[in-house]
Order: sequence, then structure tokens, then C-alpha cells
Amino acid sequence: MRLVQRREATVVIVTIGVVIYFAIRTSTFYSVANLITMAQYTSSIAIIGSGEVLLLVLAEIDLSAGQMYLTAPWIVYLLWADGVPIGWAIVVSLACSVVVGLINGFVTVWLGVPSLIVTLGTNYALFGLVLVESNAIQQNMPGTTGEFGILFGVGSWSVGLWALGIGVVIWVLLKQTRFGTHVTATGGNTLAAAEAGIPVRRVKVWCFMIIAVAAGMSGILDSIRIASLNPGNSGLDIVLPGIVAAVIGGTALTGGRGTVLGTLIGAIFLGVLEDGFNLIGVSANWFFLVEGVVILLAMAVNTQLGSLAARTRR
Amino acid sequence: MTTTSDSPGATPPAADGDAEDIILSTEGITKRFGAVVALRGVDMHLRRGEVLGLVGDNGAGKSTFVKIVTGFQRQDAGRIFVEREEVNFHSVTDARRAGIETVYQDLALVPQLTVYENLFLNRELTGLGRLGWLSRPKMRRLATEYLHDIRVSVPDIDAEVELLSGGQRQAIAVARATRQNAKILLLDEPLAAMGAKESTLIIDLVKDLSKNRGVSMIVIDHNYTHLFELCDRLNVIQQGRVTVDTRVADTSVEDLTELMVAEYRRQVREGQALLQA
Ligand SMILES: Nc1ncnc2c1ncn2[C@@H]1O[C@H](COP(=O)(O)OP(=O)(O)OP(=O)(O)O)[C@@H](O)[C@H]1O
Ligand SMILES: [Mg+2]
Repeated sequence: MRLVQRREATVVIVTIGVVIYFAIRTSTFYSVANLITMAQYTSSIAIIGSGEVLLLVLAEIDLSAGQMYLTAPWIVYLLWADGVPIGWAIVVSLACSVVVGLINGFVTVWLGVPSLIVTLGTNYALFGLVLVESNAIQQNMPGTTGEFGILFGVGSWSVGLWALGIGVVIWVLLKQTRFGTHVTATGGNTLAAAEAGIPVRRVKVWCFMIIAVAAGMSGILDSIRIASLNPGNSGLDIVLPGIVAAVIGGTALTGGRGTVLGTLIGAIFLGVLEDGFNLIGVSANWFFLVEGVVILLAMAVNTQLGSLAARTRR
Repeated sequence: MTTTSDSPGATPPAADGDAEDIILSTEGITKRFGAVVALRGVDMHLRRGEVLGLVGDNGAGKSTFVKIVTGFQRQDAGRIFVEREEVNFHSVTDARRAGIETVYQDLALVPQLTVYENLFLNRELTGLGRLGWLSRPKMRRLATEYLHDIRVSVPDIDAEVELLSGGQRQAIAVARATRQNAKILLLDEPLAAMGAKESTLIIDLVKDLSKNRGVSMIVIDHNYTHLFELCDRLNVIQQGRVTVDTRVADTSVEDLTELMVAEYRRQVREGQALLQA
């Protein structure tokens, strides 16, 4: 019963299921090269998904994180093209990400606009900014050479380890720190949190800044890894898998409950699914059909297990 | 007994006591929410070690008064004094520093957090310097000990509050406030959802804090039996104003009801006079 009570139970079971399926169907699934591919594909989903957990626990959402992921490397590129050393370009770019998070949080909290709308606005604003500044022309990403490049994305396991590290930091932040308790309290019962003296608005703004900087970092790493920048990519295509990973991982949309561990496993699930379909040569079109069905099933099971767990605990 | 209905806003402070021992007082507290005037000049005082009961109809403004004194809301006008010093609370934390603890009518619990996390809400014990790393074992242990000391029983210190009954939640909310060794306790309907057995437990706890630790308290309740058992003095709030201020020893439920009815009649007459004028 203990296992079923855990919010991550569903995603663990379905992930084990697809891993077994693809391991049997293909001979290359467990090859090192393939594991690296999966880690690389999973990285951005895991990082953005972990950040979304904080916001979902607050009963908020950030739809701009995917576009932040795409915009941050452009800032690095533009600064670098102006002669700024790559390291400083990254620092400034991450600082810009923090500012974007600050704007998202500020408008949501002090102007009372729902974060769904605020961050959709930021998403398009950033997209426009990238198109204008890049003249819609592709560029090569700098910083791909030497040890710097290996550390920041080029190394086989680089992005995977970064994702693991960022995921663990957010996990610890949510579960083991005072700040995390205040996030849960703010999302679970905002009035109660405020009556206990928790600065609920400041807590929210912090979380918008955290996801923005995490997404920005993820984007910089991936761009260095693939060494190119494409201004036409859509941020929503990047943020939505992160949200999916969080939700199938067992994070509620209603606030107060979230699991970074579940989200990391959810990201692995999506990675395994995409990769497995590639390996067995099934058309990518199937991927979305399967993903959609799995989301529906996982949510149905999560809801049922949630009420079952509540009953058995009494 | 003094009734102040003839001269609203003029409760004589410490009519029968030494002015020195007043621990909390307010002067002309006014608060409006848009068109609703919740408080229209509340003058109140609380002596050291005293238990003051607040009675009044639904919507009379009792909770609003508590939220202002505890720094959660800000008054539109009026002044608050703690131990004769004027205070300006900008947050709940300011009031806590001044030694004021509150049990809110809505209990202010987070359903998704455990019993001990709620007991330590915004007072979490942490280690590792400024990193804010939670000392969960210590919080768990202290919470268990405290609940045991005050004989509050919950099924499991690690249970989410969502799974507790209304009365158990209320006990947690009260325990959170009483654990802090506050000078002043504000209890907004602490017994509302409780059965007889649990009520007795909380009443005994409150009495003990008052008698043995000298904690001063304001208790809001709609139940006269509780109030007459707990309180030294009663204030009636009607229409956002203190209309009756009486020692419990000097009154009875009948007297109090009569005074309240008289005040309604007076207000109705006043209203009619206004209409005729
Ligand atoms: N945040 C708020 N916004 C608008 N109106 C409010 C707010 N808080 C209280 N009021 C109004 O102020 C008045 C006093 O409310 P309050 O909660 O203080 O009454 P009360 O005496 O505690 O009542 P009860 O016995 O039902 O708890 C009511 O008319 C209420 O509707
Ligand atoms: Mg009330």
C-alpha cells in the first residue's frame, strides 16, 4: 500500500513498462550511444519540468519557460558577437532570464493577471525579440570548443548531468528547505500562509525567477551542444513537454502538491518513448498519438490512486 | 457594570483598576471594506492576565478587529497600544515580535502540510546557516512533545492536516498559538467545531495559560456558557462598536441579552429619527 500511496507510482510503472517494451523490441536500446541520446533529449524536459513543479505547487504556470530556453542562447550569441567573452555572456544572459522571471512574477502577483496569460504574453514577446534581433537568420552558437564546450553541453553526458543537478537542487529546495514549505503553504492555502506571516507574493516571484533562470541555462547548454541557433523554433513546443512530465509525474494542477522526482521520471518516460519509436522505426506521428493517450491514462490512474490512497490512510 | 451605549467610543479605561496593568488597548479603530463599515471606532482594553470575551452577531466586526490587532490587516484610523506604547504593525511578524499570537477563525492551516509542519508554519526550525535546511526530526519531536503535554491527540504527527477532523484541526491551530509563550493571545472562535470533550480540553488549556502563565487573552465565542466559564470580562460588539463592557461576575446571560436588545432598540430609534429628520 505504501508504494501505491506515493504520487510517483503511476509514472514509475508506465516508465518501467515502456523501457521493457523497447528493450525487447530493439537490440540497441541499452547501447551507450542510445542512452546518451535519451539523456540529451530528456534534459530540457527535466529542467523545465522541475521548474514548473514549483509553479504548479503554487497553482501558477509558466508558459514562457520554453521561449526563455530559446532566447537565452541568443542573448549569449549577440553579446559574444559584440566581443563579450563567452563566460560573461552566459552570466549576463542568465541575469536577463532572472529579469524575465521577475516581470512574469510581478505582473502576476501585483497586477493580478493570471500567470497563464502573463507568461503567454512573455512567450510571444520573447519570440518577437528573437526574430527582430536575429533578423530571422540562423547562427552558429559560440563556446562549443575545448573544455568549456565539453562542460557546457558538448560532453556526452554534460546536459544530462546538468539536468540531474538542477533537478536535485529544485527537489531539495521544495522538500528540504523553509522556502519549499512556504511554496507549498502558499499554493495549498494562500490565506493561511499569509495569516502565518509568509510573504506569499515574494515567494511566487522567486519561483518565477527560478524557473526562468533554469530554463535559460538549459537552452544555453543545448545550443552549445548542437552548436546552432534557430530563431524560428517555438517555445511552446519546448515548455509543454516539461509541463506534461510534471503532470504525469504526479504534480497536481490545483496547487499544494508536487513532486520533482515524479517529474524527472516523467521526463525520462517521454525521452524513452520518443527514442524507442525512433529505434523501431515507427513514424514520429505515432509518438504524439501515444503520448496523448498516455497522458490521459496516467491522469485517470493518478486521480483514482489519489482517492484510493486518501481512503486507505484513514 | 458600565454600558457605553450612550456615549459610543468612550470606554473608560481601567475604571476599576490601576492604569499601569493594561497590556493591550485600542483607540478608535475604524475599518471599512468598500461600502461596508466593519468597525466604527473600537475602544478596547485588556489587562495583564485577564481573559476578555468578545460577543456579537455575525458580521459585527469581531474577526476584523482581531486581524487588525494581529497585523494582518491595517486599520483605516485608530491607534493600538501594547503595554502603553503605541505600535504600528505592518505584518503579522511585527505583531508576533510584540508578543501577540492569534488563532484565526479560519484556522490558517495548510491541508497539504503535515501536523508538525503546520505547528511550525513560518517558524520552521532550520540548520545549516542561512540555507534554510529544515530540521525535520527536531520539529517532529517538539511537536509530539507539545501535543502530548497539552493532551491533544492526533492520529499521526506526519498525517496531512487534510485528513484530520474539524475539531482536530482546531486543536492544532490552538496549539500552534499557545506553543509560543506569547504575552497576548487572540482566539477567534477557538471552540466552534469542537465536541464537548475537546472543548473542555481547550478550555482547560486556556485557563491554565491564564492562571499559571499570566497570558492575557481575548476570546471570541458565540457560546455564553463557554464565555462565562472562561472570561473575567465581556465586551459586546454591535455594528462595529463596543456597546457593553462588563465584568462577568457582575452580569448574567439574561442581563447581557437585555442590554443587547436595548442597544438594537436604540439603533432602530436612531434610524427612525434620522429618517424623520
Ligand atoms: N476582506 C473583507 N472584504 C470585504 N468585507 C469584509 C472583509 N472582511 C470582513 N468583511 C465584512 O466586514 C464585516 C465584519 O466581518 P467580521 O468577519 O469581522 O465579522 P464577525 O463579527 O467576525 O462575524 P462572525 O461572528 O460571523 O465571525 C462583515 O460585514 C463582513 O462581510
Ligand atoms: Mg468572525
